[in-house]
Amino acid sequence: MSDILLEMRNVEKSFPGVKALDGAQLKLRRGTVHALMGENGAGKSTLMKCLFGIYEKDAGEVLLDGRPVSFKNPKDALENGVAMVHQELNQAMTRNVMDNIWLGRYPLKFGIFTSESEMYKRTAEIFKSLGLTVDPASPMKKLSVSTRQMVEIAKAVSYGAKVIVLDEPTSSLTDEETERLFRIISMLKERGCGIIYISHKMEEIRRISDDVTVMRDGRHIETDRTENMPMEKIIKLMVGRELKERFPEKTGEAGDVILEVKNLTAEHSHVKDVSFSVRAGEVVGIAGLGGAGRTEVLETIFGIAERRSGEIFLYGKPVRNKNPIESIKNGFALITEERRRDGIFGILDITENTVVSSLDKYRLGGVLLSEGKMKSETDRMIAAMRIKTPSKSAKIRSLSGGNQQKVIMGRWLLTDPHVLLLDEPTRGIDVGAKYEIYSLILELASRGRAVIMVSSEMPELLGICDRILVMSGGRLAGEVRTADTTQEEIMELAARFA
Amino acid sequence: MDRSNKFLSGITSYRQMSREDRKRYRREKLVDNSLYIFLVGAIILIQILNPKFLSLPSVVNIISLSAANLPIALGIAGCIILAGTDLSAGRIVGLTACVSASLLQMAGYAGKMFKNLDTLPVWLVFLIVIAIGGLIGLVNGFCTAKFHLHPFIVTLATQLITYGILLMYLMNGDNNGQSISGLDEKYTRFITGSLIRFGDVAIPNYVLYSLIVVVIMWVIWNKTTLGKNMFAVGSNEEAARVSGVNTTATVILVFMLAGIMYGITGFIEAARIGSNSASTGLNYELDAIAACVIGGVSFVGGIGKIRGVITGVVLLRIIFVGLTFLRIDSNMQYVIKGLIILVACALDMRKYLVRK
Repeated sequence: MSDILLEMRNVEKSFPGVKALDGAQLKLRRGTVHALMGENGAGKSTLMKCLFGIYEKDAGEVLLDGRPVSFKNPKDALENGVAMVHQELNQAMTRNVMDNIWLGRYPLKFGIFTSESEMYKRTAEIFKSLGLTVDPASPMKKLSVSTRQMVEIAKAVSYGAKVIVLDEPTSSLTDEETERLFRIISMLKERGCGIIYISHKMEEIRRISDDVTVMRDGRHIETDRTENMPMEKIIKLMVGRELKERFPEKTGEAGDVILEVKNLTAEHSHVKDVSFSVRAGEVVGIAGLGGAGRTEVLETIFGIAERRSGEIFLYGKPVRNKNPIESIKNGFALITEERRRDGIFGILDITENTVVSSLDKYRLGGVLLSEGKMKSETDRMIAAMRIKTPSKSAKIRSLSGGNQQKVIMGRWLLTDPHVLLLDEPTRGIDVGAKYEIYSLILELASRGRAVIMVSSEMPELLGICDRILVMSGGRLAGEVRTADTTQEEIMELAARFA
Repeated sequence: MDRSNKFLSGITSYRQMSREDRKRYRREKLVDNSLYIFLVGAIILIQILNPKFLSLPSVVNIISLSAANLPIALGIAGCIILAGTDLSAGRIVGLTACVSASLLQMAGYAGKMFKNLDTLPVWLVFLIVIAIGGLIGLVNGFCTAKFHLHPFIVTLATQLITYGILLMYLMNGDNNGQSISGLDEKYTRFITGSLIRFGDVAIPNYVLYSLIVVVIMWVIWNKTTLGKNMFAVGSNEEAARVSGVNTTATVILVFMLAGIMYGITGFIEAARIGSNSASTGLNYELDAIAACVIGGVSFVGGIGKIRGVITGVVLLRIIFVGLTFLRIDSNMQYVIKGLIILVACALDMRKYLVRK
């Protein structure tokens, strides 16, 4: 048996007007984790789609265990031991765990009846071998994202997968859940599986990958052992230019208190007794484990989630913020966590996505909307946010994640917010675009606004926030100044009421 | 064992709740079960106002009418689980009822549609009408799956087509659009005769047939690949496709199965009513859809249970019969039915809403 489990050679793929892949290569060694790196649009997902037969490649070869293969569709790949766990998990949420695992190949008895007991038994065996404690009969919708991901990995294992592609697997996981994922990954490595690991998180890549392949503009740039690829080098290869700093410089001083939250307690979530204040020009981070109630705090402030008690003061005056309409009127803005679900209007164009929260501004004579005004404001935002798009009438879903996020930031800046609430603003966004988002956040703060930002990426909180509130079990566990804290201190606080 | 443990742990956790939480818990439970609470309340009220309501003949009547409507509701439920619907159901019932009746008129009956035709065996006609239902279901499923049309549109079209065919069929021979009656005795006896009786009160055979249909449908939904695929496609079509489920075949088969169910309904309906015309089956799909949603078959797709469909059908029937027992004006009955559907579904939807 050769050391190389999967090899993709000189893969080419063109779409009308673009060469998406141009001599892409990948060599996955048995029993290793291979990080596939590149900015959004570098061709990583196109390459994977060619592997799984979702796209037909124009040229090139795929060798699995030395044999040339060409999969017709994801199911064909799966049956040949090549599986993919997508970032957006594609599961039948109203069904239970084992129904999802055996979907498309239910074990039968007497040739026609599905055998629940067999499904249960075999699922339980796989879970046990992976050290998972999930009831095979529990409904999918009751599980956390992380557990659902584990189920997806277990499904791959049940197919006897040798190659498993993990696409941004930790983007919605907490640190603790990430550790659990890493344990399972090392278990799979020991079994001789090869893992293709797609992620934008440098710290993670350094920790778990054995090899790194960098792609740019659909081309293979470099492959080497991870120990020979320092972070700066990877970033440089990805971006194609030297990116000196990962975080922009912070300027400006904090002014008067803009927002004050006192004893905030939510009606339906466990958020309890949260108090803090934010000054003009400040960026305040909210850290914590998943389920600590970070998103819920933002939602309660913004009036999406019902408030049981507590008060919110803006410039010293109490505000109700009973629902988003009221909150926007009061000068609040919320950029939500799940961009695709509740951020963008996918099939609408950039103009419509940009002006949707500030439509009142474009009224002509009180009723009709001025097309011209909306277009000029959109153009202004495209320029100000440095949004890369062919035109303002492009559908927003055709843009990369980073550019979509910039459109959404532009949307909210048009409402002229005094308090900007950001929930995981850089999730699934590549390094270059992250830097630009950070710059936009800091620029807004320097204009005397208050910014509150929830993030699971500790380096980015430490990189751009002035202070960090640490939440644990729905409560505020502590507050630290970024200048004189450490990751360890924050982790300790995060575990306080967990 | 498992169940009793769950119950015990439920009690313990209730004891550990704070007073405020207990109050909220009780309120939640009350709302969750409000449908049943309402039902019990309604039954008690109707019973007080008209003590004949819960008499044996009345109860058997409710059961019989429910049984007659069960197959069509079970068929439509499958389409709803696929996140679709079926508007053609009622007209398919009408067509299959008229075909059954016309092929099973007694020999020598003056208004017989096919004068020269001997009365066919009952089983053969049964097979013919479920084939007709299945064929229209096949068209519905094929257009939905292959042309990626919403079933609402497809079945709106086939509803009209089926009605047109039904009207043309009724012009056969000297019939000239008249209603079809004078059914052969072995047919009516097969459907409306009774093997089981309670004293004076007979339970018609079609209740039995309906029960068999329920059992078969339960097995298909829960114990076969088709059933599981149906739920998977309704829940997340893309996930089903990449897992290797033949989604096209699943959609077509579910609609065909539904068509067969309408055929069975038509076959029962023809003998139950005795005289069938172009208006047989009119709006049956609406009652069936209402019963499904009341019984918790969700339009979101992928959610539904056989026992829910049965509950919905029976509940709707109790209300219909109850309104008649209360001598409520028949025009007003429509208003009340509409309100009940709205309230029931609003209450049911609460279970699926994630509250923040």
